[in-house]
This record gives sequence, C-alpha cells and structure tokens, in this order.
Amino acid sequence: MSVLNLAQAINQALMQEMEKDESVIVLGEDVGTDGGVFRVTEGLWKKFGGERVIDTPLAESAICGVSIGLAINGMKPVGEIQFDGFSLPCIDQLYSHAARMRNRTRGRLTVPMVLRIPYSGGTRALEHHSESPETLFVHIPGLKVVVPSTPYNAKGLLISSIRDPDPVIFMEPKRVYHAIKEEVPNESYELQIGKARIIQEGTDVTVITWGAMLKVVREAVEQLSEKYSVEIVDMQTLSPMDEETFIKSVQKTGRAVVVQEAPKTCGVAAEIVSRVNEKILTSLEAPVQRVTGWDTTMPLPKLEEYYLPNPNRIGKAIETVMNF
Amino acid sequence: MSKKVSTSSKMIQILDENGELHGEIPKELNNEQIKKIYETMILTRAFDQTALALQREGRMLTYASTFGQEAQVAAAFALEKDDWFVPSFREHGVFFARGYPISQYMLYWVGDGRGMQIPKDINCTPISVPVSTQILHGVGIAWAMKLQKKKNVVEIFFGDGATSKGDFHEGLNWAGVFKVPCVFICQNNQWAISVPRSKQTASETIAQKANAYGFEGVQVDGNDVFALYKVVKDAIDKARSDKGPTLIEMFTYRLSDHTTADDAKKYRDEKEVEVWKKKDPIDRLKKFLLKKKLLTEDENKKIWEQAQATVDAAVKEEESMSPMKSEDIFTNMYAEIPENLKEQIEEAKRVSP
Ligand SMILES: Cc1ncc(C[n+]2csc(CCOP(=O)(O)OP(=O)(O)O)c2C)c(N)n1
Ligand SMILES: [Mg+2]
Repeated sequence: MSVLNLAQAINQALMQEMEKDESVIVLGEDVGTDGGVFRVTEGLWKKFGGERVIDTPLAESAICGVSIGLAINGMKPVGEIQFDGFSLPCIDQLYSHAARMRNRTRGRLTVPMVLRIPYSGGTRALEHHSESPETLFVHIPGLKVVVPSTPYNAKGLLISSIRDPDPVIFMEPKRVYHAIKEEVPNESYELQIGKARIIQEGTDVTVITWGAMLKVVREAVEQLSEKYSVEIVDMQTLSPMDEETFIKSVQKTGRAVVVQEAPKTCGVAAEIVSRVNEKILTSLEAPVQRVTGWDTTMPLPKLEEYYLPNPNRIGKAIETVMNF
Repeated sequence: MSKKVSTSSKMIQILDENGELHGEIPKELNNEQIKKIYETMILTRAFDQTALALQREGRMLTYASTFGQEAQVAAAFALEKDDWFVPSFREHGVFFARGYPISQYMLYWVGDGRGMQIPKDINCTPISVPVSTQILHGVGIAWAMKLQKKKNVVEIFFGDGATSKGDFHEGLNWAGVFKVPCVFICQNNQWAISVPRSKQTASETIAQKANAYGFEGVQVDGNDVFALYKVVKDAIDKARSDKGPTLIEMFTYRLSDHTTADDAKKYRDEKEVEVWKKKDPIDRLKKFLLKKKLLTEDENKKIWEQAQATVDAAVKEEESMSPMKSEDIFTNMYAEIPENLKEQIEEAKRVSP
C-alpha cells in the first residue's frame, strides 16, 4: 500500500499496464516531455520513450479517430484529451465509429481504446476548462463511461478500462486530482466496470452521485450525520449503469437524492430517477430530488461557486425528502 | 481554371534586430503612427508584466502572457475603423490597439463574464479558448461582408498549434473557394505548450500551406513591425478589393511560459529563449527610433511610466467594480428567459450560498 493522490494513482495504473502489455501506448497533447498539464503522465516518457508516450499535434478529433484505427489494428491506445471542453470534436468519431464498429462489422472489428478526459469545475480555471459533459458520452450506445472518484477506484478502474475489449471514456475529476489522498495497493488490480459502490451505509435516505461530486456529497452528509442515517452510492460507471445497487439501496431507504455537476436537463441524474420510478415507485416515501448544475453555460470563475452543487444545496435536498 | 499561386519561401524582413532597415518603411506609416505603434507595444508589455505580478498574488486567473509577441500590434494598426478582428487568446496587444478598455479586458482574466461584453464600437469576437475554432467564425464574418457587398475585412488570429486542427483546413479551404475577404494571421511562436513547431507539422513553413488552398502565403519576421505591417496591409488591400484571402505566418517567439500554470523549463532549452530575447520587437524598434532621433532615452522613460500608470489605473478600476450579480449566470442564455430557467433562478435564490 502507498498513500497516493488521484493523479498519482492514475499514473501508476498507466505505468503498470504499459509494463505489462507492450501494445498499450499513451498519446495526447503535452503528455510526453511535459508529463501532462496535470502531471498525470509524468515519468512515462522517460521510462517508455517517445514511441509509446506520444506528444501529438494539437488535434482532438485525430487523437480520438487515430486511436480508433490503432485499436482496430492491435494496439491499446490510451488517448488523453487535455480538458473536458476540448473533447467535443471527438463526438463525431465516437458516435459514428468507435461506438458502433463492433456492431457494424458483426464483431469482426473492435475498438479497445481508452479516452481519458479530465473534467469538472471548481478549479478557478479559464473558460472551457470546467465542463461536465458525461451525458453526451453516456447517450452514445456502444461506449462505456467510467468516472472514478478517489485514488483507489481510479487506479483499478483505469486498469480495467485498458483491458476492456470496448471503447471506454474515462472521465477524471480534475478538481480532486491532487485534493484526495488514499491508500492504494502497490500491485496491479482491476475493479469491475459497470459496478457501483456503497461508500457508507445508511437507512434514512440514499444519496447517489459520481466523480467530483462525491467529495462534496460526503461533506454534506457529514454535516447531517447526527440527524440522519444516509447511504451514499458512488456510481463509478455511468454506462453501463449498475441499476441493481442503487435500486436496492433506494428500496431500503425509500428516499433518494441524486447529485450531479452537469446541467440539469437530460443529465444522468434524470436517467437514475427514471429507473427508480420504473422499478420501485411504490417504495418511495418522497419524490426523488436532484441537485445539479443549472441549465446555463458554465460560468467564469467569479460565479462558478454559484453554479456548482455545494453541501448546503445537497443538505437542503436531503431535508426536502426527509420532510416530505 | 487552374492558376498558380506563389508562396515566397523567404521570410520578409524590413527592420533587423539591430534596428537597421533592409527595405522601405511602409508608406502608410508616418512618424506619428510609428510612435503610436511603439507606445501600444509598451502598453501591452506593461499590461503583461502587471498581469503576471497580479497572478502571483492571486488577483488574476491563469494568464497567457504575450511577452515577445507585441509586434502583433502592428497588424491591428493596418485595420480600418469598421474592420473586424477574430482573436485567439494571446492577442492582448491587438485588443488594446483597437481601443478595447484595459480595465474591461482585465475583467475577463479575473473570471468576470462582463470582460467580453464587447464595446459597441469595436468589431471583434470574444477571446476563443478552444484552439482553432474561431478561424471558421472569422471566415463567416468575412463572407457575410462579401455577401452584403460591404468593403470591410477580417483579421483572424491563431497560433502554430492551431494549424493542426481540422478547423484550420476547413476555414482556409472555404475562404479560398469563396474568395472571402479575410487575412489569416498565424502567430507562430514556435511552441504549443510543450510541443515545438517541428512536431506540429512536417511542412517546412506554415505559410506554404496556403498553396494548397489556392491563395498566397507569406512568412514574415513577426518581431519586425514594419514588415508585419506591410504584409498585413497588402493582404488587407487585396481582400478589400475582392481578390481573396492571404495566410500570413508571423514568425515570432513565446518568451514566457505557455501560461502561469506552465513551467517551460521542463521541456525547452533556456538557450533558445536567450537567442530570441535578442530579437525582441520592442528593443528593435527602440533602437531604430533612437538612431533616427525620433525618440530620446528620456522620452522613452516617460512612455514606459505613462504605460504603467495607464495599466495601474485600469487595475484599480477593475478591482473597484461592483461584483456581478449571481443571477447574471441565467441572463443572456436566450433573448427571452424560458420558464424552466425562471424556475431555476428562484430555486437558486433559495438554495445557493
Ligand atoms: C482545442 C483545444 N485543445 C487544447 C487546448 C489546450 N491548449 C490551450 S493553448 C494550447 C496550445 C496552443 O498552441 P498555439 O496554437 O501554438 O498557440 P499559443 O499558445 O502558442 O499562442 C493548448 C493545447 C485548447 N485550448 N483547445
Ligand atoms: Mg504557439
């Protein structure tokens, strides 16, 4: 075991997978000599050289599209998009090709690639550096979307993503890259994709969240710990979704709050609420509440705190379902 | 119909790094205008140094320095009043040359959305952070000019890294096909964060890429205000008379880190920076002006003092402005606020900090 932050845990996962499997390569803007703008790929270039840790031209569509080709032909590319806001040119390649290559060729060609995307706000960054676009990827059938929240699950989930036979969008909560430390096993390990985890057990209400919002949810729940027994579900994977875990939890507590950083309309929270309604509507003691970003453009830093879900807003939503 | 287009393989220079002339000063530039360009370059550098200092004190967000690229000011001086410019994020000098209020420009860099509420008398788009994307908007703005039979032109700015994106190809191709009245100005500062120009493209020059789009490409010493003004002015005249676009490769250098969040020592040799420091665009013009007795050391000192005073006053003004209202994030999403947003405004009032 070592105590690592989230960026270090991801770095370790990349190191270990590259050591184990020669077909794993890392490509993206500034991932090589610079070691990545968040230091996530630090040391890789020194260790594996410029043929396996590649500084690419500035071209997100190409990072994604070329990775598709690499993956089709026997490589295991781990592409990096420098920031969430620049992942959008990849949508064409993902939607039209990566996600459906297996289906279109009836299994003849497959795309075992990973696209890593730092996402989330709260870092006082410049415009287009604080987006939460997970919904866009979740809405594309054929992609897997993984969102770690702590160093431990980041390492295990990234290793599983690299070994996965299908394209995985791996969204890293940049807000907590260096802000959370945790014990992480030194050896390589996998965590199952498509599986949520219970962070803490409780009996009054279930709070469901993922990625960067987990830390905020924990703070909110901590503040109410004397008052309510709260169960926290960390989704970990948004596609495919582990319905069983959150349905079981909400069935037990009868109350739920879903917390997401992305804008409200059609977000992943809406999908979770729908599934609760479809499966266990009659077990509910109160309508499920959502705490989300507003349906606005991500504000510049001066107003970003006003946009982001915070412990206060989450606490109020918990009170709403508890006092229904 | 096929036609040959020429792309000169030689970099154009008029004023060398010792302040010596190797050609004629563009006829449109009189002494007064040259001085004005000089002053605006110094203003830009004073702003830059101040911004870097403020950033270190936590009074500014991540900031992209324009140190070494101040000759860009000359490109703005070639525009007429109603012409447009379409910036990337490293065109502070262009903004100032076009009269953008410094205090308001500063607002953007402290994370206040009002910074890009562009004054009515300035024709430009807001800073574009997603690299290369703005090229297409510039082409559209210029094309509209042509469709509306207006005689104005558009300068479109982007970096060397931006030439790798599809948007660059699509924008230049479109402009070539429709003979759009714009000038593409690539600030080739040799680096895109840690990626050197040589790893960005296998082309010998960026200017030569214009060949493939059927129009002229010119490589110019980007630290030489006279040469830059000349090639930009020629390209603007051409665009204005409906003879199509031009690609100008402004050969310059990013003397600073990429931004305040970057440490260039990790990936680039300090010796390279030292070489380029000797080509400084401001020093070079100063040498010329002193030699021609258009400037004295005393006057020079005053110009710097005046620039710093202007910037300091702008900072003071920016920092004493009343903050944006939190509800402002909901306004200007649409011309009219839809019902769901009205609901969210109310909810936000109830639950937000
Ligand atoms: C589409 C996109 N990808 C990545 C980034 C992150 N980024 C910001 S500036 C930059 C390098 C830009 O290089 P260049 O075009 O040469 O402009 P310069 O910074 O040198 O002025 C990168 C990769 C971005 N802003 N937009
Ligand atoms: Mg550059």
